[in-house]
Amino acid sequence: MNQPVCAGPVFLDAGESALVVEFGRSVDPAISDRVLALDAALAADPPDGLRELVPTYRSLMIHYDPLRLDRARLVALVEARLTTTPTPCRQSALWTLPCCYDLPHGEDLAEMAGLMGLSAAQAAAIHAGARYRVYMYGFSPGFTYLGGLPETIAISRRARPRPPHDSKAVLVGGGLSAIASFSMPTGWYVVGRTPERLYAPERTNAFLFEPGDGLRFEAIDAETFARLEARAEGGEIVARRTAS
Amino acid sequence: MTGLHILSAGPGVTIQDGGRHGYLRYGVTVAGPMDPLAHALANRALGNAPGATAIEVSLGGISVSAEDGPLAIAVAGGGFHVSLDGQALPAACVIRLEPGASLKLRPGPAGVWCYLAVAGGIDLPPVLGSAATHLRTGMGGLSGRMLQAADRLPVGAAAGGVLAAAEIATGEIVAPLLDRPPAVIRVLLGPQQDYFTDDQIAAFLAGPWRVSERGDRMACFLEGPRLHHRLGFNIPSDGVAMGAIQVPGEGQPIILMADRQSTGGYPKIATVIGVDLGRLAQARPGTVFSFQAVSHAEAVEALAAERAFLEAPIPIAPLVRDRFSPEFLLGLNLVDGWVDAQHPR
Repeated sequence: MNQPVCAGPVFLDAGESALVVEFGRSVDPAISDRVLALDAALAADPPDGLRELVPTYRSLMIHYDPLRLDRARLVALVEARLTTTPTPCRQSALWTLPCCYDLPHGEDLAEMAGLMGLSAAQAAAIHAGARYRVYMYGFSPGFTYLGGLPETIAISRRARPRPPHDSKAVLVGGGLSAIASFSMPTGWYVVGRTPERLYAPERTNAFLFEPGDGLRFEAIDAETFARLEARAEGGEIVARRTAS
Repeated sequence: MTGLHILSAGPGVTIQDGGRHGYLRYGVTVAGPMDPLAHALANRALGNAPGATAIEVSLGGISVSAEDGPLAIAVAGGGFHVSLDGQALPAACVIRLEPGASLKLRPGPAGVWCYLAVAGGIDLPPVLGSAATHLRTGMGGLSGRMLQAADRLPVGAAAGGVLAAAEIATGEIVAPLLDRPPAVIRVLLGPQQDYFTDDQIAAFLAGPWRVSERGDRMACFLEGPRLHHRLGFNIPSDGVAMGAIQVPGEGQPIILMADRQSTGGYPKIATVIGVDLGRLAQARPGTVFSFQAVSHAEAVEALAAERAFLEAPIPIAPLVRDRFSPEFLLGLNLVDGWVDAQHPR
């Protein structure tokens, strides 16, 4: 007998053309694993009428054409994929992403470190020493949400947003870390900047990471940043990928 | 190369196709038309695919002319004033635009968005598979920006199935589906209706809600009774469908539209059904309405009816002759097939 891989998820409608398969209510790697396993299973063999899959922390949003794919059939199909042997997740990658914590790039690092009772150098070392998980994208193209921020620098967000930061900012806030591909005002703290382009529409891989990938930062100085940024703007990928 | 010349364009006029699909998982907004029905209808009236690249005209209005050859053009959407060289045309119509003539769209008695489609579609390079403009990220369309005077838009070569300008039936588009005042907007409750008690859901449905001045392509802000959450108002960010009605801490709903972010962290009490998205988008600030909860089956049934309408040939009625001078109709090329008795062809 096949055993359910997990307690049954909840099926929620987001209008007649999107179904949310929710596995829990918290941010948790085990819940994320279930979301990504279903994402991979559906992507590997998409039923006719499936339009788009959007994995987030604790649920998978399935956009579909209800005139081609009946809701009841979609639910049955999802349940069947959950009760059969779990499709092995895509082989997750481990990324090493260069990050400059020095000024002028890590413009809020000292402020954040001070609030956490640390020196800027200590906070940067802690941030660069951790291993992260790509949970999801959201907010803007290539904006990457990372789990795994060490407790010692898990600061909450600012009460009031700060003025727009540069693109490619590495952020902490709300107990998470993130990488922003576009310049914008933010309630997060800018602790560094990566020379890598997380959104490059003309590149074959417009986006580098897949949800579920591992990621660590490699501290670089401002000179190295300038050199790598020039290479990245020339179309080269300066992040390094290894199998996990 | 035949193209469309923008003589003037008000703020908020953009290039839109059926939307940028397939990249929501990377945080990329779909964009696409605010009124998907009207956009598809204008395209279909010309024999284009429903998601072909066209112009979304805002209340800022637009005027255009054809360059290097005639163009077959369809207009559909809100009740805009449409005129050709000063002569009024129906709000939804198909015309042949000769070089030298100017077609003008300006706000009329109702509606916010109007679509101007060209037979063959506007030919702009896709970004991530789509020409839809997303202004906040500067993506798609013409350099990711609004259209402005002196822009020139190339028109697609008569690709698969597109009729030549001369062969397209001209006249008024007969589309009762476009007449849809938004007194009641239909929703499917959820996905987070359990963040609200039953009496709060009843208050949400009853409203009455007023469309705020604050809205844009990203969101429609509502003013009305203050809604209260049962379970707080922060959730781990999850996917956001077009028409999702999120309720932030201050208790005034925000309906997320075409330029919405891909994910959101407020509870979504309900989602506007697909066929009512355009009706809502066409509601001007100050419009008062209430919501009605329907079942999934009812929403799908309404969608099937709309899809059937769009898949059948779009009815085009000849312009009524007593409203237009013969010279004007001749200029529109509405009288092909008439033979001059003095000079028979």
